[in-house]
Amino acid sequence: MRFYELIRFAVGAIVAHPMRSALTSLGVVIGVAAVVMMTAIGLGAQQRITGAISGLGSNLIIVMPNFQRGPVSQGAGAGQSLRDADAEAISRQVEDVAAVAPSVTSRAQLAADGANWNTRIEGVTPEYLIARDLVISNGRMFDEREARQGRKVLVLGATVARELWGDADPVGRRVRVRTVPFEVIGVLESKGQAGLGQDQDDVVLAPLQAVRSRLVGRRFRGDAIQTIYVKSNEAETLDRVQEDVVNLLRDQHKIRQGEEDDFQTQNMASILATMQAAVATFTIFLAAVAAVSLVVGGVGIMNIMLVSVTERTREIGLRMALGAKRSHVLIQFALESIALSMAGGLLGLLIGIGGALTVAKLAGWPAAIPPWAAPLALGFSMAVGLVFGAYPSWRAARLDPIEALRRE
Amino acid sequence: MIEFRDLTKVYVMGEEQVPALAGVSLTIERGEYVAVIGPSGSGKSTLMNILGGLDRPTSGSYRFEGEEVGEFGDDALADFRRRRIGFVFQSFQLLPRLTALQNVELPMIYAGMAPAERKARARELLDRVGLGSRMGHRPTQLSGGQQQRVAIARSLANRPDLLLADEPTGALDTHTGEEVLKLFQELNGDGLTLAIVTHDPDVANEAHRRVAFRDGLIVSDERSGVAA
Repeated sequence: MRFYELIRFAVGAIVAHPMRSALTSLGVVIGVAAVVMMTAIGLGAQQRITGAISGLGSNLIIVMPNFQRGPVSQGAGAGQSLRDADAEAISRQVEDVAAVAPSVTSRAQLAADGANWNTRIEGVTPEYLIARDLVISNGRMFDEREARQGRKVLVLGATVARELWGDADPVGRRVRVRTVPFEVIGVLESKGQAGLGQDQDDVVLAPLQAVRSRLVGRRFRGDAIQTIYVKSNEAETLDRVQEDVVNLLRDQHKIRQGEEDDFQTQNMASILATMQAAVATFTIFLAAVAAVSLVVGGVGIMNIMLVSVTERTREIGLRMALGAKRSHVLIQFALESIALSMAGGLLGLLIGIGGALTVAKLAGWPAAIPPWAAPLALGFSMAVGLVFGAYPSWRAARLDPIEALRRE
Repeated sequence: MIEFRDLTKVYVMGEEQVPALAGVSLTIERGEYVAVIGPSGSGKSTLMNILGGLDRPTSGSYRFEGEEVGEFGDDALADFRRRRIGFVFQSFQLLPRLTALQNVELPMIYAGMAPAERKARARELLDRVGLGSRMGHRPTQLSGGQQQRVAIARSLANRPDLLLADEPTGALDTHTGEEVLKLFQELNGDGLTLAIVTHDPDVANEAHRRVAFRDGLIVSDERSGVAA
């Protein structure tokens, strides 16, 4: 007989009981929708994290003082073990380094022309732009000389510029940082809201020396720095540069073998890899939980298929009397189960995509629908139909036609 | 055409062995109209099941046109039923979801016939049994007699060598029963071989040959004068 006739039989049986078929498929609809949604949201999170971390600068190594040991332990970065000399040594002695940027950070209130804004102020050198992949959109960056002299000039992040002056050009204007007057000489190009809930444009840059002497005050000794950003030439040299930096700083700080470092280095690439791995694990976990409902949906299909085989025992007997082979009966019922499951899978896919996009819109959370979502959802629902339809179909095909015809 | 030799059928029920046929030898020629009669439990239904290829004998030989049907596997038996046998049941056995036309098409679908061809033949057959105007009706919209005529049209779909009817009038009133029997006479007149299982002596008298069963054995085999 022709195969498409078996498909017709299967679809005919499904259409004959629309309500029952819809309810039977519901389990698979929910299962597939949940898997698609979880995967899309998980992948979206992964993309967001990737964007956020690479937004901090590529091929970047961050060097910070280690924990302050002693009567009062403080967090990472609170120590003062790093000095200007360390940054200079790195830029002189480590190969394949594109930029070395020492920095100190503080929060400060900015006031100008009747507006004021609280922001993060970074005391840096011009190389900071290269290290963090920043671009000046308007005006200019301060140069080496101004940085060394501690000139009271500022380069504003886009958010700060907007908050203080709206759309007007801030270059040349005066700002008071706390009580100290500064002059705005440039504005950074926007990096967007890509941070981990952090606005990367909410920052101002000032010469390292100016911040250290005028703003951070007594907390810092004259040549202490909080962070050194080291950028390698290429991604390939990142690990080696990090190793060299560690060895050099141990030398500089005269740390003996076996002693703990008084600083720590973080490599953006490895942070990214770690976070991506964490999110991927979480995504798989969510999808696996969702997949459980797919299995429950499959059991629902098996249940109804068993009922259907029992109900249609006489029909099966008749078909056999009319010349249907056992394989014909087997395939007819297997196709019925697969069709039910795949119809559910298709609907679930659409609902899952719709749900992911809705969540993305409502929660401001990005959703990435991978191109393989459709074939995967349909493939999975087909497999569910096949696996859970196998036993009922086998039961139908094993029926004895005489017994089956006699059944009421 | 059909030859049974020393046919036995034993059902095993738990530890007990129940003989349904105890050594039956019977020959049916092409064009015959045979009634199989006997009380329930006499073995006549078992005989019909074996005859129709729904069941296999325990021992003995069943030859159909020279082929040893008793040795067929499941698939060969399915082919045999589809090509050789037309079944008519007491309870009609129509699929309620399908129209009269679709019910008649069903055996031809299993035979792999193209849709246009099988629809044409199904229409022809329903015309032949006098239901040309009811082809789009579902079984529930038809009377018992009409349903049985749809079933007869279906049994003829693949041009069987043998039409097997199990109490074909058992669920019908006298009048519609007579109509069905008249149809059988016509089909037999056209050369179709018929075998009917029945309790009813009136039905049995329609046939040209009556084979009576008791306790799994043939107790009488008589022919009317008109027998072929």
